[in-house]
Amino acid sequence: MTDQSVSEAAAIVVPQDDMSRPARSQWADIWMQFKNHRGAMVGLVIFAIIVLGVAVGPFVWTSDPQAIPPVVEMIKQRDARPIYTLLWDQGAKTNWANPLGTDNLARDNLARLLFGGRVSIAVGLTAMILALVLGTFIGVLSGYFKSMDGPLMRLTDLFLALPLLPMILVASLLFREPLSAMFGVEGGVFTLIVCLIGITSWMQTARIVRGDVLALKEREFVLAARSIGTPSRRIITRHMLPNVLSPIMVSATLGIATAIITESALSFLGFGFPPDFPTWGRLLNDSVNRMVSYPERVIWPGLLISLTVLSVNYIGDGLRDALDPRIRGR
Amino acid sequence: MKRLSSFLMVTAAACAFTTSAYADGHEGKRGRDGEVKIIYWQAPSILNPFLSGGTKDVESASMIVEPLARYNEKGELVPWLVDSVPTVENGGVAADLTSITWKITEGIKWSDGTPLTSEDVKFTYDYCTAPEGGCAQVTKFGAVASIDTPDAQTVVINFKEPTPNPYGPFTGGESPILQKAQFQDCMGAKAPECTEQNFAPIGTGPFVVTSFKPNDVITMKANENYRVEGKPAFASVTFKGGGDAAAAGRAVMETGEFDYGWNLQLAPDVIAEMEKGGKGVPVAGFGPLVERIMLNNTNPDPALGPDERSVIRPHPFLGNPAVYKALSMAIDRPLLVEVGYGKAGKVGCNWVPAPEAFASTSMKCDVQDLEGAKKLLEDAGFKDSDGDGVRETPEGKPMNILYQTSTNAVRQDFQALIKQWWEEIGLKVELRNLSGSVFFGGDPGSPDTFQKFYADVEMYANTFNGTDPQSYLGNGLCDKAPSPKTQWQGENISRFCMPEYDALHAELTKTAGIEKRAEIAKKLNDMIVQNGGMIPLVHRGRLSAHANTLGGVVLNVWDSELWNVADWYRKK
Amino acid sequence: MLNYLIRRLATSVPTLLFIGLIVFLLLELAPGDPMAQVPLTVPPEVKQQMREALGLGEPVHVRFWKWLVQFFWIEPLNLVDYVFGTTFAEGQLRVISWQTRSPVMEIVFQRMPQTLWVVGVAYLVGIIIAMPIGIYSAYRQYSIFDNVGTFVTMVGFSVPPFFSGVLVIVIFAVNLGWFPSIYDTTLVVDDWDSLKAQINQMFLPVMVLALQITSQLSRFVRASVLDNLNQDFVRTARSKGLSENVVLLVHVLRNSMIPVVTVIALGIPAIFGGAIITEQVFQVNGIGQLLISAIEANDLPMVQTLTFIFAVLIVLFNLIADMLYGVLDPRIRYD
Repeated sequence: MTDQSVSEAAAIVVPQDDMSRPARSQWADIWMQFKNHRGAMVGLVIFAIIVLGVAVGPFVWTSDPQAIPPVVEMIKQRDARPIYTLLWDQGAKTNWANPLGTDNLARDNLARLLFGGRVSIAVGLTAMILALVLGTFIGVLSGYFKSMDGPLMRLTDLFLALPLLPMILVASLLFREPLSAMFGVEGGVFTLIVCLIGITSWMQTARIVRGDVLALKEREFVLAARSIGTPSRRIITRHMLPNVLSPIMVSATLGIATAIITESALSFLGFGFPPDFPTWGRLLNDSVNRMVSYPERVIWPGLLISLTVLSVNYIGDGLRDALDPRIRGR
Repeated sequence: MKRLSSFLMVTAAACAFTTSAYADGHEGKRGRDGEVKIIYWQAPSILNPFLSGGTKDVESASMIVEPLARYNEKGELVPWLVDSVPTVENGGVAADLTSITWKITEGIKWSDGTPLTSEDVKFTYDYCTAPEGGCAQVTKFGAVASIDTPDAQTVVINFKEPTPNPYGPFTGGESPILQKAQFQDCMGAKAPECTEQNFAPIGTGPFVVTSFKPNDVITMKANENYRVEGKPAFASVTFKGGGDAAAAGRAVMETGEFDYGWNLQLAPDVIAEMEKGGKGVPVAGFGPLVERIMLNNTNPDPALGPDERSVIRPHPFLGNPAVYKALSMAIDRPLLVEVGYGKAGKVGCNWVPAPEAFASTSMKCDVQDLEGAKKLLEDAGFKDSDGDGVRETPEGKPMNILYQTSTNAVRQDFQALIKQWWEEIGLKVELRNLSGSVFFGGDPGSPDTFQKFYADVEMYANTFNGTDPQSYLGNGLCDKAPSPKTQWQGENISRFCMPEYDALHAELTKTAGIEKRAEIAKKLNDMIVQNGGMIPLVHRGRLSAHANTLGGVVLNVWDSELWNVADWYRKK
Repeated sequence: MLNYLIRRLATSVPTLLFIGLIVFLLLELAPGDPMAQVPLTVPPEVKQQMREALGLGEPVHVRFWKWLVQFFWIEPLNLVDYVFGTTFAEGQLRVISWQTRSPVMEIVFQRMPQTLWVVGVAYLVGIIIAMPIGIYSAYRQYSIFDNVGTFVTMVGFSVPPFFSGVLVIVIFAVNLGWFPSIYDTTLVVDDWDSLKAQINQMFLPVMVLALQITSQLSRFVRASVLDNLNQDFVRTARSKGLSENVVLLVHVLRNSMIPVVTVIALGIPAIFGGAIITEQVFQVNGIGQLLISAIEANDLPMVQTLTFIFAVLIVLFNLIADMLYGVLDPRIRYD
């Protein structure tokens, strides 16, 4: 999953750059603009590093995130502090084999962080994209076509009202076994979680997009487009979507954070990945009770989630600016 | 003679209380110490224990309503609202074991000032056994044929047949006495409508409800009609519920906002860190609670239909003595205790670890033996024939184990550790954790309940009330296995089935005399553990915490933890 | 507009009934058992009797009908009785919670104060802080203020309350001892001292919640204001010689309010819904905690009633938002 997102990121970077020299197409323009956006570039680099880190990291840092050493070793190695603790506390229990220390069962924290990031980023991105696509689609349709507004918005009301937990219970009752038969245990759980988070978090995007579309479609440029006979589909893709991009981008950034946290809540309740399968949200959740003695166990996962969200936020900012023809070329 | 012995018992009990009282120098008038604040991270929903049965409800109610006799911290029955505990020796129990006679102490008053009489006791029986009432404690009265009240102070309970353990009804926190005057219009189907009564029962206990916010907070004040002069020391109680064990622990030991925190199920290092806060101390007590791994004696293969999965015997490999012995040998129990429970756990080899008289001593299990386990499997023909690191049964089925339990930080640590060890001896283990409300809920429609047992092994804890394990040992009987026919209800979770066991248990139900009973109980315990019913892991204690300034706390795991709240006081 | 309003109100009724039915069926289908919290020492036969006493033996449609009657007829009657002291509803069975065996609505009313105090105030605080931050960040895009604001809000949103809540408890309650870690729902505010105590105990939960709300809202405000800053009408307004303040706070803001109104309208039902995790961490025991504990205990009448009230609020506030769109941008017409 993560490999795919890497290649996606790469896809944005490479081909358009090549195209830019001969004709300066619209996409090249956008890329030029994006490149000049300092925040966006920093965000892109950080995001690429995180994605690369969690995708390739576990092959470089080969310590097994689930392995517990044999009994005697375990007691000796458990609860080790990160090596940087030595800077201010010479007597700290550290171990060079575990740069970020170990948890209470002597599992390597670094390996768990790297491995956990795979799931968190994959779940965060896919669930966010699913929610975004669903929300934008429903929002645009109900905003633009008066006949669809009623039914689609009542559907949104229904989904807003559904209690999440019973819904998860029902979904895992109905779909867990078929899905794990189809995609294997972990693949099945992944599909289930992504779909659940996606299906339960598109409503806000839909409402916001619809509100904007309602106002946009009465603007002069849309009326102009319509008066020259532009088909609805073209109006939506050319005139509506670029103009509702900024709230969508905000929803995207907030959506990633929500998805990563929701995943941990689901796993905690037992509807997610097996209990020994680390994810960032879960690492954070498991360590809350020990945050005073072992702050690193909450700081690192918390930091990584925040960094991911921040970098996506800046990429979104850059994309929005780059796609806005009024700003472009300014 | 009878009179004398009961007199001695009462004075002994009284002496025990008064001496401790003098020793601490905290005598005085009722309500002198102001407010005491108790926190339970599970919030009480109702104060009528007959309608709920949840521990949180039973224990909060135990400050208000009381039984005739209670278990003390050693698991001994002590008289509470009566002069003495009836026995065959003092004539309170009929020689043929078909009736028991309780004498209510003179002068005990309800909190509204009216006297407690035998009518109230009889009414409590009628209330709980009324049809459509849904009384949670009805099993306590299962053996009762009728209750007579010859006079206002005397209660005679007649049993349907000779009952070796006649102390079921009206003893312990689960079976307190309700006031007839208050509850007489709340019988049967009307029970749930009596909100006012269920939220503020009139009792004989040290406190009276002033306000009850369900699932949130109870406030109480001292009972002016309480039978002991100068007790309770506290004038009011705030009983807060909700949150989690960590928040409760912090509030007692770190911030000092609360005086007593119940059942702090936290890892020992977390407790130790909280203790450094210096405002309170944890206390532990051991009852018969055992964390165990149940072994599925039926086949949980998902390919089987709903009427066969986890119903037909045998399991592809767990039924083999070599396998279940190896599984047990591979576990390092002292390490589990250290990681998960610390002071609140002991290595557990038995299904019935307490009371001492009933605890078998025939088995040792505190040394891990991975090599021995491997050899055992190897010799029994469980070999890794295809070289993938996982052994196969002689029939060629790979030894994959699905290991499920409820969500709980300590249980997940246990799962990870045990998975590691079992994989070292050549099995493949998949873990699953389930939300407790689903896992322990008996919904026949859910595939994830512990009764359905759609897994190879599962881990949870169980215990029994009182000090006699007879009905608990009944959980190993063949016909108690859950199946579609019984809507998946039944206590024999592992579907253990052994005719010898059933026969021996039948003998237990007819045997009187503690030594004989204990001997049979130990045999039953050994039988189920040694024949692949379960793998006991940890004998778990109850860990609660109280503020340094709170005196008189005696942690009791055999009854309500708040059993002696009348004796609590503020250390000055 | 009026026409539309009437039509929307008329369609709300079947919508709500449909939502009620879907929720009921969902809860019915969800695995779970009201006896899950009863200890294992209580035998299964007894649990079965207890379930039957709760009315679980009856078929689904009968129970749904009963709930409808209780919720739409008997509960309003009880309210009338309560207000006017009449006895219309006497002897009628209300919606009864399975956990507490008491009327659901009474508990809901009991929980309202703390939820409104904590979650409501957090929302107010969140809105009051988020609006200026969002507007100014957009106005001075990529300034230091904007960048710091972005950083803080993004980190604030990425840190889940189960962590930030415990963090502030460890800092402010355990180490500094300034605020209590556990909310006292029995506190009655009737003088300055109790008001001070109330503010004291509200401080931490409100802080944690307001951080989340501010983060979310200020991002939407910023994005929306940014979108409008480059519009032609802004240029026109400026060229007319209007002051920057007027341009920003009148012209730009009004046109940027549509997404903000949407987010706030979605948030107000959430105030009622409470904040499940934050309430749990600080033991505020409001509606959020009521809902989650009811779900855990499989108290179906409670979950059904709470969800339904929630649905009513969602439908209502989305309707209000739709009306406000028309006010903010008169070009939006629904007829």
